[in-house]
Amino acid sequence: MEISANTQALAYLVSAILFIFALKGLTHPSSARRGNYYGMAGMALAVGATLLGSEVQSYGFIIAGVAAGAVIGTVLASRVQMTAMPQLVAALHSFVGMAAVLVALGTYMNKAQAGLLNPVLMGELSAGIVIGAITFSGSVIAFGKLQGLISGAPVIFKGQHMLNAALAVATVALAIYFGLTESVWALVLMTMLAFVLGFTLIIPIGGADMPVIISMLNSYSGWAAAATGFTLENNLLIIVGALVGFSGAILSFIMCRAMNRSIINVVFGGFGGASEAGPSAVAQAAEKGVKAASVEDAIYWMEDANRVIVVPGYGMAVAQAQHALKELLELLEARGVEVKFAIHPVAGRMPGHMNVLLAEADIPYDHVFEMDDINPEFATTDVALVVGANDVTNPAAKTDPSSPIYGMPILDVAKAHNVYVIKRSMRPGYSGVENLLYYQDNCSLIFGDAKDVCEGMVTVLKGGGH
Amino acid sequence: MPDTLVALYVFVLACFIGYFVIWGVTPALHTPLVALTNAISGIVIVGALLVAGAESAGTAAEIIGFFAVLLASINVFGGFLVTNRMLAMFKKKDKK
Repeated sequence: MEISANTQALAYLVSAILFIFALKGLTHPSSARRGNYYGMAGMALAVGATLLGSEVQSYGFIIAGVAAGAVIGTVLASRVQMTAMPQLVAALHSFVGMAAVLVALGTYMNKAQAGLLNPVLMGELSAGIVIGAITFSGSVIAFGKLQGLISGAPVIFKGQHMLNAALAVATVALAIYFGLTESVWALVLMTMLAFVLGFTLIIPIGGADMPVIISMLNSYSGWAAAATGFTLENNLLIIVGALVGFSGAILSFIMCRAMNRSIINVVFGGFGGASEAGPSAVAQAAEKGVKAASVEDAIYWMEDANRVIVVPGYGMAVAQAQHALKELLELLEARGVEVKFAIHPVAGRMPGHMNVLLAEADIPYDHVFEMDDINPEFATTDVALVVGANDVTNPAAKTDPSSPIYGMPILDVAKAHNVYVIKRSMRPGYSGVENLLYYQDNCSLIFGDAKDVCEGMVTVLKGGGH
Repeated sequence: MPDTLVALYVFVLACFIGYFVIWGVTPALHTPLVALTNAISGIVIVGALLVAGAESAGTAAEIIGFFAVLLASINVFGGFLVTNRMLAMFKKKDKK
């Protein structure tokens, strides 16, 4: 069976609509799964309509590629740990980028053979290759940083911005030269430079800026698909590319706003750095006038509280403390304590990271609140329990105009009657700024691994409380 | 109107749809959003199919097309399945 070009175009239109509904489904957790099924249907329809069209004539390589991809993709998706989600996403972004590069190169070969090259087409091809290549190598670096294969600290060297600018100019110049002369060498060189550019653009960016980088690469992967759509004169790819490109761009914007930094500052900043911990945490704390508390102290206040707000951060993800928190939630609720979770937009290593981990631990989503919704409640909260979050709770962002993080929206943890912070050491957070919260009278620190401390709390509560 | 210009129209209008739809997404689902858009951007598989299956394709183009199909399908299958896995975890309080 073969379908006409018009039928195919109509199928693509339906497919585009299904993708829009898929994204629309994510407006609320209750409609989200249905949305995902719309997305699958849209993809199946698009692939089916393409295969049945007159342009696809041989199927051997296609069947082999889809079969292998299906097996690898299914295994990856079913095995990945929820804490490793940022790495998986980075890896998948790199695949889209590389696929876009390969599609552009393959299209070039097919069109060159058929004698159908023209400057507009070659310009579009170049755009697809350059964006795809940057997405690929940038995502590989992001993956390496998230997986701990390369240092998460910003890698900064002299003349970095000059080098990036030179690479970018050279890439564009080669693209223009290729468009005008059809020189294969210009094409090859341009492709290689774009790969290098993706590498040098992402390597200076530090680990805690990953939410922005993941969103940015997400956006690039969309623009790469759109550029491929222009090359192939395929409206479906253009529409989907624009949707994905904008999604990533908006997420980048939201993440930057939550850090009170501009995207330019994140991309070129190389913010913060690793500072090593000195003497033992407790000794250092005493020296600085910070109170250390025990698990029992915290439980004493929590077990009879009216309301407890838990503030999770990247430390919770690293320690895998979410399951212990779920138990803590149940035990406290059984005692009539209202327990809520407060999420800062940039907590973790990707947008929404904390929400997924809490969901994984079976913590119902109606217990989990966004920053703006929960901030007014801290002032009437008995205990705020900070689990591995730091900079996002620092009142200096509000009170100290000289602080590097001044102006950043924070969770108003400092206003709670009692604050307990679970922390491994006195090391400052990612920004390198001292957290003024720790010096407040209502704040005590519990030193230890987040999971161990939370499990300790569970044990105390199970043993009848304080 | 030349085809490239039509494509530009489609692109710009789709950008507006993207803008309005994405602002409606709840922040709690931002990770599934990234995973879902990842799966959806696997739509480059359409381009990969056209390269791999073209009548005029030589062996080199066929091999390039094969790898493009492979990578894009990892994205499609991996992206949709992992999104589904995540969304299945988002539950309301059990009514016991």
